[in-house]
Amino acid sequence: MSQFQKKSYISRLEYLSPDIVRITLDSPEIARIAQPGQFVMVKTGNGKDPLLRRPFSISQVSNDRYFQILFKVVGRGTSLLAHCREGENLSVLGPLGSGFQVDCTGSHCLVGGGIGIAPLLFLAKQLSRICTGNPPLVVLGARTGEELEPLINDFKELGLSVHAATDDGSLGHHGFVIDVLKGLQLAADATTYVCGPHPMMLAVHLLCKAKNIACQVSMETHMACGMGACLGCIVPVEKGGYAHACFEGPVFDAEELLWEVK
Amino acid sequence: MGSEIKNVDLAVSIGPLRLKNPVMTASGTFGYAKEFEPYLNLHKLGAVVVKGISLEPRPGNPPPRIIETPCGMLNAIGLENVGVERFITEKMKLLTGISVPVVVNILGDTVAEYQEIAERLADVDDIAAIEVNISCPNVKKGGVAFGTLPELATAVTNAVKKHSRVPVIVKLSPNVTDISLIARAVEDGGADAVSLINTLIGMAIDHKSRKPVLANVIGGLSGPAIKPVALRMVYQVAQSVSVPVIGIGGIESAEDVLEFMLAGATAVQIGTANFVNPRAAEETVEGLAEYVYENKLGSLREMIGALVLS
Ligand SMILES: Cc1cc2nc3c(=O)[nH]c(=O)nc-3n(C[C@H](O)[C@H](O)[C@H](O)COP(=O)(O)OP(=O)(O)OC[C@H]3O[C@@H](n4cnc5c(N)ncnc54)[C@H](O)[C@@H]3O)c2cc1C
Ligand SMILES: Cc1cc2nc3c(=O)[nH]c(=O)nc-3n(C[C@H](O)[C@H](O)[C@H](O)COP(=O)(O)O)c2cc1C
Ligand code: FES
Repeated sequence: MSQFQKKSYISRLEYLSPDIVRITLDSPEIARIAQPGQFVMVKTGNGKDPLLRRPFSISQVSNDRYFQILFKVVGRGTSLLAHCREGENLSVLGPLGSGFQVDCTGSHCLVGGGIGIAPLLFLAKQLSRICTGNPPLVVLGARTGEELEPLINDFKELGLSVHAATDDGSLGHHGFVIDVLKGLQLAADATTYVCGPHPMMLAVHLLCKAKNIACQVSMETHMACGMGACLGCIVPVEKGGYAHACFEGPVFDAEELLWEVK
Repeated sequence: MGSEIKNVDLAVSIGPLRLKNPVMTASGTFGYAKEFEPYLNLHKLGAVVVKGISLEPRPGNPPPRIIETPCGMLNAIGLENVGVERFITEKMKLLTGISVPVVVNILGDTVAEYQEIAERLADVDDIAAIEVNISCPNVKKGGVAFGTLPELATAVTNAVKKHSRVPVIVKLSPNVTDISLIARAVEDGGADAVSLINTLIGMAIDHKSRKPVLANVIGGLSGPAIKPVALRMVYQVAQSVSVPVIGIGGIESAEDVLEFMLAGATAVQIGTANFVNPRAAEETVEGLAEYVYENKLGSLREMIGALVLS
């Protein structure tokens, strides 16, 4: 059951790079029940403009009390959030949606691109905690090393080795995440968990499909409510029609979606 | 809230329909009501209006369906809904016993379709009223919206009214030259009340890609941005018809409700504000109770049409 908290206390606000910000919120009600892949809807200002809440993945929880969001400043709402101060309160609705489905019997591969890496940290932590098998394979990419490095650090702190890729070659492989993934040995019982730009998720989905490996993707759509009321957040599905990302997702089995191959 | 405040008189009547307070939720912004149970007490509300229902299920428009605009949003959901059969067998079941009047919003492509939905719903218990969305295009008349031509509006109202056992509210489109004319037309057709406004047709363009933002190209504008237009239309319609008027458009607080009541509304609906604050409707009821208490009104009804023109 999701919570509506008009006042979630900002206990920390950090700039991980000039345009990537991490906010730690003190909210036991949300932190206790959140699952990897779920998200929150955050009001970015007090007035009527921007009007709607903005969706952000829960990127980490700690001590049954805090949760973090990690975001990139791309427009008005995220810019307002980036200018909040520690000690202020945010109005937060969550946790929302259905997250990643984790089954410890197989092995795991996490693939993230850019700010899409955010929900994967929470997942990596969960996998490390509850699954005793091999540590998950982690492949993360971004445009530059400056953008990628701060996003990778938390994974390293978990003791995970990260395969990195950057568009400009300033960190790790010079090129796309998918190239790195193609060079890795994926076990037949692996599940791939993907979040990032649409073309990247499509490429990973096609690769997994060819290798007959399960693939879960976290989809981004325009959301007005985040809780099933507006019907705005749709993604086309293979069987015809649409699924609603805010309550049937945002994480979907990649096979269930209709990927427009352009 | 103190018990004195709880006991204030907020009740209003929409024709034969009695509501414990004037705050309803707007169709398409409150799901099938169940979605909001985690956040508020449904039984505190005057009534809930569910997502528009058509005869057959509709998949709706492709994405993107929504985009935020200054102080508002554009939507082109495309009237996605489960169709009247599944509404009755699945959704209505969930709604029975929620202790708040349920208003069912309906839409159709032809007069016959509206009539058929009304007939199907006439057998269903626990429906407090039907709200007829006449902002939809009439496929038999070249796609012109029912709500833009008086004779079509009268015909739809008449067809639904004849086949309903419950009060019929007709929801007016603001995308017309003279909304009073349409209001009178639906009153002639037998409407027990009118509600207004539906969304204003608008558009958003991304200059970088040179493309429309919505897949449907155009969409309906809602939220605080449309409130002045809605107030003006409620004011005009309230003076043109004798049936109760339900005000809709950018309402998010008790103050907004008071303004609509002063303009002549008997009740109101809260739409887009539910997305921003899922408790908006209940908090609005609380705000109204405080207002009545603090201003020592005998009842909130004193506000209806009490606009001071000097
Ligand atoms: C389930 C979900 C989880 C998300 N998690 C994260 C996260 O962890 N970190 C993060 O940085 N971002 C995340 N996003 C995207 C984030 O919601 C948008 O970046 C944000 O809403 C932009 O708000 P803005 O006001 O700054 O931008 P706007 O001024 O509204 O728009 C700027 C640009 O962002 C695009 N945009 C606006 N809203 C969305 C949206 N809802 N989804 C995608 N693009 C959008 C616009 O088309 C435009 O190009 C997530 C989105 C979803 C749906
Ligand atoms: C996402 C969305 C979906 C809507 N769907 C319907 C609908 O199915 N039927 C209808 O009569 N009105 C529909 N409306 C219109 C609202 O009920 C309301 O008339 C309008 O949004 C103005 O009120 P507001 O400014 O408070 O949102 C919809 C509005 C929105 C924003
Ligand atoms: S975001 Fe409103 S229904 Fe999904």
